[in-house]
Amino acid sequence: MSINRREFIRIAGISTILGLGGSVIADKLGAASEVLPNEKALKGKHWGMAIDVGKLKTDADYRKCIDACHDIHNVPDIGNPKEEVKWIWTESYEHTFPGLESKFMSESVEHKPFMVLCNHCENPACARVCPTKATYKRNDGLVMQDMHRCIGCRFCMAACPFGARSFNWRDPRPFIKKEKENKEYPTRMKGVVEKCTFCFERLAKGLKPACVEASGGAIVFGDLEDPDSEIREVLRTRYTLRRKAELGTGPSIYYVIGGGEHA
Amino acid sequence: MLEKALVGSRKYWTWVFFLLAVVGVGFLAYLNQFTTGLGITGLSRDVTWGLYIAQFTFLVGVAASAVMVVIPYYLHDYKKFGKVVILGEFLAVSAVIMCLLFIFVDLGQPMRIMNVVLHPAPGSVMFWDAVVLNGYLFLNLIIGWYTLGAEKKGVKPEGWVKPLIYLSIPWAVSIHTVTAFLYAGLPGRHLWLTAIMAARFLASAFASGPALLILLCLIVRKVSKFDPGKEAIQSLAKIVTYAMCANVFFFLLEVFTAFYSGIPSHQHPITYLFFGIEGHTNLVPWMWTATVLAILSIILLVNPRTRKNETTLAFAAAILFIAAWIDKGMGLVVGGFIPNPFEKVVEYSPTAPEVAITLGVWALGFLILTGLYKIAISIKEETAT
Repeated sequence: MSINRREFIRIAGISTILGLGGSVIADKLGAASEVLPNEKALKGKHWGMAIDVGKLKTDADYRKCIDACHDIHNVPDIGNPKEEVKWIWTESYEHTFPGLESKFMSESVEHKPFMVLCNHCENPACARVCPTKATYKRNDGLVMQDMHRCIGCRFCMAACPFGARSFNWRDPRPFIKKEKENKEYPTRMKGVVEKCTFCFERLAKGLKPACVEASGGAIVFGDLEDPDSEIREVLRTRYTLRRKAELGTGPSIYYVIGGGEHA
Repeated sequence: MLEKALVGSRKYWTWVFFLLAVVGVGFLAYLNQFTTGLGITGLSRDVTWGLYIAQFTFLVGVAASAVMVVIPYYLHDYKKFGKVVILGEFLAVSAVIMCLLFIFVDLGQPMRIMNVVLHPAPGSVMFWDAVVLNGYLFLNLIIGWYTLGAEKKGVKPEGWVKPLIYLSIPWAVSIHTVTAFLYAGLPGRHLWLTAIMAARFLASAFASGPALLILLCLIVRKVSKFDPGKEAIQSLAKIVTYAMCANVFFFLLEVFTAFYSGIPSHQHPITYLFFGIEGHTNLVPWMWTATVLAILSIILLVNPRTRKNETTLAFAAAILFIAAWIDKGMGLVVGGFIPNPFEKVVEYSPTAPEVAITLGVWALGFLILTGLYKIAISIKEETAT
């Protein structure tokens, strides 16, 4: 069967109109909104956190932040410390800031738990060493992890000076409680590295990271490049520490030390 | 020429089937790891590299055996190495294949290995390590195979091989340097963060590679009619002696810097390796074994009488090889992870399946080596008569 020129133009024209119409309908249904940026998305040039250690008082305060993160991200509870997967947890002062500990120290600081997570470094060693660009830094400062590209070489885990990365030594899915599983967030497979991503999926919807929300104001999240941001106000007025700043990776997590409103 | 590897004595086939059996056991263990995940190893979130990467790091050094015979033979026209040069090149080929296999078995998602090529990351040292290792493999395979083929036909190798041979010399240096950079460029790993790492890698490589080559020459002489020559073996022995002295010297430099400066974070990994920390002493017996063997090997190699006696030389080469294997393998790799970034000590010891997979890869490497040596020796025997 052959078609002449006029027929061809007619068919092509109709197809084009149908095609355009189809996309309009799809847009109305909201199917395409997932690929378009959400207008409410939080925008920043360099996201960071200031953790006010004094405001986190009880174990329950820490637990709330940790659970909020681990629950929505389907972080498995492996139970074996050697194979555990964790995105945010607590360490003592001497383990959080090795080299900064003193023989004689303020008791309140010495026995205080410190919340640790990925530092979303300005100059991330993990992203530098990754042989497949599975881990990379976004323009807004987030250090991301593509768990579909990761080959599981664990070079990033050797490079990270903060021990912030976890490897799936076995299939993590049986270790996620069925009733707890968040269907909105992907689970992982064995053999890939994962870590905190500063809740990129929540930022895209205009929400702050889960731990920040659960912290009751103890964790301030904001744009470090914006001089008028709340986080910059905190950094201007309070004494803060960063983990292993001397290594030059540029951690974006600041710890407000001292306790009290104006220490 | 491949057909030469398919004919052999009863002893040859017994050895081949023995190696195949070890490969088979390792392969079964690998299938288990492939389905269950790397959880079957002794690795942890604190010690993320272990036995596999230790073998990889050490074997990159063994691959140096080639350049230590290529330089004297091709650059200095040292004719005595004419017979061993092919043995060095083929040893390099099998060592590099083992290196690549050890990387492969260490991957969490081995099916995605081509991502290194599909999404190349020139900023990553591992990307460059893949480039230099594969390059070195092909250089040695092409050079070795082609020069042997020419020898079989009784003709001189064609001109295009020469530039490749010259290229293989800096290339050999590059595989050690780049592999050392895998470690030396990481912030916060105190044992590795040292400018002398690449130099130490080269020294250790130039000792352990030719030491294995000496042992292989002695074995070849025993099992075949081909004799690599007493003088060639003695020259190798001198190379090994100098390199091992440099290797130990470089290590002592590390000890001086860490302990005279008194900086605790620099001392911790070395203290862990040799004395243990807070009762964690897994590697202490290994490190002292390596120390004793290294000293003993140097005594036997420096002393001309024991170096010239092939029995004591073989013994010295064997213990030196073990010392370097411990030091540049488990000592270097595991020591880098302890203490962890929180200054906590979490120890590592390999599991049985991990050991089986490791032995399997070694056996596969030796199987390739056996085949290549069989071909080379058969041709050498033919041309000699």
